[in-house]
Amino acid sequence: MRRPTLLVAGLAAFVALATWPVWHALAGPRPTAPELARPVGATECVAPTDYMRASHMKLLVEWRDRVVRDGVRAYTDRHGRVVTMSLSKTCIGACHTDKTKFCDRCHDYTGVKPTCWDCHVVPPVPAPPALAARGEVR
Amino acid sequence: MSTSRRVFLRLAATAATAAAAGSALGCAASGGARRRLAMAIDVRKCLDVHGCRACVDACHEAHNVPAIPDRAHEVKWVWKEPFERALAVREPATLPAALRGSEVLVLCNHCDNPPCTRVCPTGATWKRDDGVVAMDEHRCIGCRYCVAACPYGSRSFNFVDPRPFVAHPTSDYPTRTKGVVEKCTFCEERLAVGRLPACVDACPAGAMVFGDLDERGSEIRKLLNERYSVRRRPELGTRPQVFYVI
Ligand code: HEC
Ligand code: HEC
Repeated sequence: MRRPTLLVAGLAAFVALATWPVWHALAGPRPTAPELARPVGATECVAPTDYMRASHMKLLVEWRDRVVRDGVRAYTDRHGRVVTMSLSKTCIGACHTDKTKFCDRCHDYTGVKPTCWDCHVVPPVPAPPALAARGEVR
Repeated sequence: MSTSRRVFLRLAATAATAAAAGSALGCAASGGARRRLAMAIDVRKCLDVHGCRACVDACHEAHNVPAIPDRAHEVKWVWKEPFERALAVREPATLPAALRGSEVLVLCNHCDNPPCTRVCPTGATWKRDDGVVAMDEHRCIGCRYCVAACPYGSRSFNFVDPRPFVAHPTSDYPTRTKGVVEKCTFCEERLAVGRLPACVDACPAGAMVFGDLDERGSEIRKLLNERYSVRRRPELGTRPQVFYVI
């Protein structure tokens, strides 16, 4: 150990470099949660928002099995509202108009890539006048 | 001891009677509700509209079936085959001239004893209580055992991504992906909302009749009672539920 200063400096440089991503992230701007376009006038999906946020993929898989395996297509939510269990007819289409402004914004943010849309066809987004009529312009 | 044995026997007998009555009731109830969906194709009516493809187009449009030009990769739900081959006619010379060399519609036979469902390792294809041989694309792992098992060639495998070959995808029905098997489902998505299969609806000649074989007085029951019909390869014991009225 002839040159402790060099050693300490080297170590410090290494630690600084190795933890660089952390410092960089902390110093940079805070990521902002994506702004989601929600259907106007609706207060909740077919289940409470907290549940949907955490478990919508479980609900969708349940829907999938009910429709495909059991041949049941109607779903009654806790308020007695009946909807068709369908990705492209209900989730997108009847409720949300633009998948890119809801599902995708959050999935891109969280780095999730559902494969469902490899098969399920995203319905076309209605023209702007139709959207404005529904009070949805974002 | 003997008393309790007697009590036991009496109880057992009561329970057995109740169980028998229950199952008899259950049978009666489900027997009434059970359906046996089938299709009859009136071959001559179909031939009257020579060269017609209305049913094929309606089906393939409704289900986003890709039009892949490469025959090795082709995907089809309903199509036409030479009559002699489709119905394995032993002596073509004995056929009426109108039928000789003609073409006949073929699709999944929704067999009563389907070989395809027995070989599926994931339960992705199975026979529903109403007779439909159903597909669950979510569970298909693309092993193609079912393709090999089907003696009618009714199943297609997606060797390539089908999306680019669907000219006008409808969002009412999913496409499939590369690596899964697909076939006619008797339009289970339309049956679920009380509609007839797309091909039956589209036929301009009324050549396709769809219905419940167990329902007395149904159109298909009547037709099969009145006219002579054949099925594809009956010797295999698959009991097809698509009948060809000659
Ligand atoms: C290989 C193609 C394929 C993939 C991938 C796929 N599906 Fe499906 N899905 C289908 C088909 C085919 C049906 C049957 C449609 C019908 O009967 O109306 C269906 C039906 C459904 C249904 C009920 C009907 C409807 O219109 O939505 C739900 C819900 C569903 N799938 C959810 C999912 C979810 C969630 C995923 C992703 C995790 C997924 N699917 C991935 C092919 C696929
Ligand atoms: C608020 C954020 C958010 C929104 C909005 C959102 N998702 Fe998700 N989604 C997630 C997260 C996070 C996951 C991953 C959860 C996990 O892996 O545990 C996920 C997972 C999924 C999965 C399962 C993916 C897989 O690989 O199994 C499906 C399917 C899905 N989402 C469908 C949808 C659909 C359809 C919509 C729009 C109607 C939607 N999500 C909107 C956050 C969201």
